[in-house]
This record gives sequence, C-alpha cells and structure tokens, in this order.
Amino acid sequence: MKGNKLIIYGLLLAFGLAAPFIFPAYKLQISFMWILVILALTWDVQGGQMGYNSFGNILFFGIGMYICAGIQIGMFFPLAEWTSSGGEKTFLHTPSQYFQGFFVGLVLAGIVPAIVAALIGYGILGLRGHYFAICTLGLGIAAGEIAGGIELIGAGQGMTAPPWPKGIGDTELRSEFFYFLCFILMVVTFIFLKWAYQTRFGLILNAIRDNEDKAEAMGIYTMRYKIIGWIVSAFFLGIAGGLMGNMVGYIEPTEIAFAGATYGVFMVLMAILGGKGTLWGPVIGAVAFHIFKEGFWTFFLGWQYVALGALIVVIVVFFPEGIMGWLREKYPEKFGEIVDEADRKAQVELK
Amino acid sequence: MDLLIFKAPILMVQASMDGILLGVLFALIAYGMALQWGVMNIINIAQGELVIMGGYIAYFMYTAGIHPALGIIVSPIIMYFVGWFLYKTVIYKVVDRDLFISILATFGISILTQQLMNFVFGADVVVAQSNFGTTMLFDNSVTLPNAKIFSALVSIIFAIALVMYMKKSRLGRAIRATAQNSRAAKILGVDTEKVYAATFGINAALCGVAGSLIAITFTLHPYVGLPYTVRSFMIVIVAGLGNLPGVALSGMGLGVFEEFADYILGTEFRIGSVFMLLVFILVYRRFKLSRKREYLK
Repeated sequence: MKGNKLIIYGLLLAFGLAAPFIFPAYKLQISFMWILVILALTWDVQGGQMGYNSFGNILFFGIGMYICAGIQIGMFFPLAEWTSSGGEKTFLHTPSQYFQGFFVGLVLAGIVPAIVAALIGYGILGLRGHYFAICTLGLGIAAGEIAGGIELIGAGQGMTAPPWPKGIGDTELRSEFFYFLCFILMVVTFIFLKWAYQTRFGLILNAIRDNEDKAEAMGIYTMRYKIIGWIVSAFFLGIAGGLMGNMVGYIEPTEIAFAGATYGVFMVLMAILGGKGTLWGPVIGAVAFHIFKEGFWTFFLGWQYVALGALIVVIVVFFPEGIMGWLREKYPEKFGEIVDEADRKAQVELK
Repeated sequence: MDLLIFKAPILMVQASMDGILLGVLFALIAYGMALQWGVMNIINIAQGELVIMGGYIAYFMYTAGIHPALGIIVSPIIMYFVGWFLYKTVIYKVVDRDLFISILATFGISILTQQLMNFVFGADVVVAQSNFGTTMLFDNSVTLPNAKIFSALVSIIFAIALVMYMKKSRLGRAIRATAQNSRAAKILGVDTEKVYAATFGINAALCGVAGSLIAITFTLHPYVGLPYTVRSFMIVIVAGLGNLPGVALSGMGLGVFEEFADYILGTEFRIGSVFMLLVFILVYRRFKLSRKREYLK
C-alpha cells in the first residue's frame, strides 16, 4: 500500500514535470489548471475542512495580483505614469530588474494578503453560516468595485503587468518559466496542506466544522485557528494571484483580479465537484472542471456562462457530495472505514 | 471639505428626497426576500436578476409602443409564473436544506439568467421613458421626477395590498402557518409544496413590480442584479424577519445612505459603498451579538 502510493505520487510528479514538453501547445492551459487547483485547495481549507463557506477568497487572489504587478513596476519606474499611459508608453525592464522585481513582488504578494486576512479575520470569521457566506461575497465584490475607482492602479481600465524582458529567450521560455512556477506552487501548497491536515491544526479545523461551540467548550481557541487557516489560504492565493497576473499580462479589476462571478465561483464549484473536506477532492475537481471547461467552452461559444450557471445548479443541487464523496459511499473500505457487512445489509433493508 | 454637498446644503434635501423614494423601492424587494426567507428558509441570490427581468418586461412593452407604467400590472403576472417555474425545476430541491446549498444554487441561477437576458436584450444600458415630467420644489432647487414619486406610491400600494392579502386570504394564512411550523401545517392539511411554490411566485411577482418601476425611474442592464440582492439582504438583516415597519424604515435609510455616498465619495464608489456597508453591518451585528452571548453565560 505504501509503495503503491509512492509510485502514484512519483508518476503524477513526473507527469507534471514532463507535461510542457509532451503537450507544448497546451502549456498555458495546464498552467491555468495548476492555478485552479491552488484555488480549489485553498478554498477547501475554509469550505471543506473548517465548514466556513467563503465566497470572498478571491479577495486575496486579486490583492496578490495587484501587489505583485505594482511592486514589479514600482520598484524601478513611476507606477502612476505606467498605468496612466495605458500600455502605450511602456518602460522596459532589463532581465535582472525583471527577476528582482518578480521575486520581491511574489513574496509580498503572499505576505500582504496574509496580513489583510489576519486583520479582517477577527471581525469576519466570527460570523456563522450564511451570514459569513454573504459577507465574504460582499467583501469580494466591494474590493473589485473599489479597485475600479483607484487611479494609481489603473482604475476601471486596468493595468498591464511588465512584459517579458528582451534578450533572454522567446515566448516559449516565458511560458515554460511560468508553467514551472505554477506547478511548484501547486505542489508546495498540496504538500503543505497534506502536512497541516495531519497535525493538530487539521483536527481542530475539523472540530470547528463539526461543532464549533463544543470545540470552544473543550478549550480550543477556535478564533485563533480560524484566522490561521484564513492566513494560510490568503498566503497561497496571493502568490497564485501574482503569478496569474504576470501570466495573463493584463490586470482588470472586476473581470480578472476580483472576478467573483468567475474564479470566485469556480473555486467553490471545483471543491464541491471533487468532494469538499478531502485532500484529493479539490485537485480532482479542479482538473475535471478545467477539462470540462476547456473542452466544452468551444462548443458553447457565447453560451459558456449559461452553461456555467446550469452546471452550478446541477452540481450543487443534484450532486453535492462530489466525486470523492461518491467514491467514498461506493467503496468505504478504500477510505479506511470499517464496514460491518451485516450492519450495511440491515440499513439497506430499513430503507 | 470642499465637497459640493457641503457648499450647497439644498443638495442634502435633494439627496434625502431621492434616497427615500429609492428606499421605498428597495423595501419592496426586501419584503419579497423576507417572505421567502421566513417561509422557505432559502436565501435567493437571484433576487436581483428577477428584478431586472421584471424591468425588461416593462422595457419590452415600451419598445412595443405600450406605456411602460402598465408594466406594473403585466410584469408581476409573468414573473409569478417564472418564479413558479424556477421553484418546480430547482428550488424545490433546496428547501429545508443547508442554506449554503440554496445560496450557491441560486447563484447559479443568477449567472444563467444574467446571460440569457444578455442574449435576449443585449448588453446596453436601457431606460424606458415614462414622460411623467418633474416636480420642482424650493424655488426650483430640488427636482423630483414624477416617475420616482409614482414608483414610491405604487410600491407602498403593493406592499399594503400584500400585507392585507397575507392577513385575510386563505393562501396567506396557509403561508403564514407554513412559516411558523411547516410540519404542523402539513398535518393540518396545508399542501406545503403548493404553498412554497406560491410563495416563490409571489416573491418573483413583487420583484416584477419593483423591476418595472426601476425600468421607468432608473436604468436597466443585465449585470446589475447582484447589488439589488445585496441591498435587500442587508435590509432584511437590519430589520429582522417579519418586521414590516422595520423593512420600510431600513429601506429608506439605505436609500438615503446611498445618495449621500454618491455625493460624498463619487459615483464610481456607489456600488462599492453598498457592499462595504453590508460587510460593516454584518461585522457590527456579530460584535453586538457576541456581547449578548457572553452576558447570557
């Protein structure tokens, strides 16, 4: 069993590393897929493990995106001039400037959303159930609206991320560079969460989900762990946002950065599709969703959002336990559950 | 502060009047939301889309040459069946389940209807001209479009009519009984499925009235539904379920807040300020409630 698992992990890792060379045409698509996996994984920290269904995690994604691009530009050039020129008068980064700015930008893109999460966490994570859901929904949309009114970051027009510096390779190298960054971030997020769920921290998150008042009565400072959980999500989401902003090359407040109606819903949907509250569920859900989205979007051209709305309704209403939940119901033995055959038969008869 | 509103205090009167007239309309939408929340225990994110859909019915009549104010009669009738259809296809599955399921499912409906409206009516901002003229007050320094006054009056009439209907009629009694205790109502012979469908239909009809009023007083656009949902949610949580004077008052308060935010922060932050107000109200409420909880211990 142990050896089997290692082989599977090794194969997946090898696939991830080799994918840009096997499918060179789909490099960008697979990079987006890893970003979506990160979104689903980090959403599941709240939605699945902690039982706090957040619609506003997109907030950290957008903040990370703006922070990363803003710092990359602002370190070397006047930011206001860059955004006001709207891409017509672009300053050129030298390669060393580009990578320095990119590195600092990515680090801060993780740290700043984490700080924001810590600051607003005490107020917002005290809300329960649907109040939390609606509050975070409002938070994400408010962020988009407010970002659309700030001149420094390009207001409603958006801003461009710095272009790939000249003289160190072509666009192929650029997409490979971003591909591996996305892949590494996804693997790090996955390993970190896998480790975190095995510790006391993971147990406490599950205790909060199952019965928060009881957990509090048992002497757990639930608020502290809820905030830490949110900080973890915000950190990885922020870095993912920074990467995404650079990959797309253009940052727009409501459609790309704080896209509550697309990425904000996608992350919830992917986690539910895969099965929330499991480690592999969000990964499977994100991959399945991305393949579905890219495969069928072309057929539904123009109708993709209608299809998306219908998909949400179908998944949520008719298939809420997700792929992992379905597998678990079908093969409980594989999930380490002890099954009493006689008991199961008795239950079937009762039905 | 060199803002226009402080230089010319008469603008405050203007903003307050506009806000109150607008707030009555919000209160009507919020009333529908409170109704379905109280009876069926679902939160309908597609509420705003139902409003916009009702508005487009009035706009469609306007393009066909009929006066759009007549939309307040046609639109609720059509919207009742839209609501009934939605209940029969999707909503019946989410009643009595986790509220999050209903939020997400109606979010899906909202995205779907937004796009359908986008295909059918186009992505342009449209307005249905009512040609009602304007009323001038205080030496022509405060202008009130008659359409807004008309819309506030119609909202009040519909709200009162609905309250009477809920109090007196058989269906209204059945709805209230189901809201109090659906199991007991079922035992006593109320067909709760029918009651739920009717409730959702009535809510959609209210949205239809509000939408057709919005069509003549403001502008319509397929993607502006969500702010209406958030506004009505906010009004309901401030007022509490089943508190009708509270719904009316907090609706007007929200309208006035929005108009002042428009003048002080600028129009580009108007929607943003609504969403931020939602966050502040919820967080404030959480701190207030948590103090109460500790006191009870």
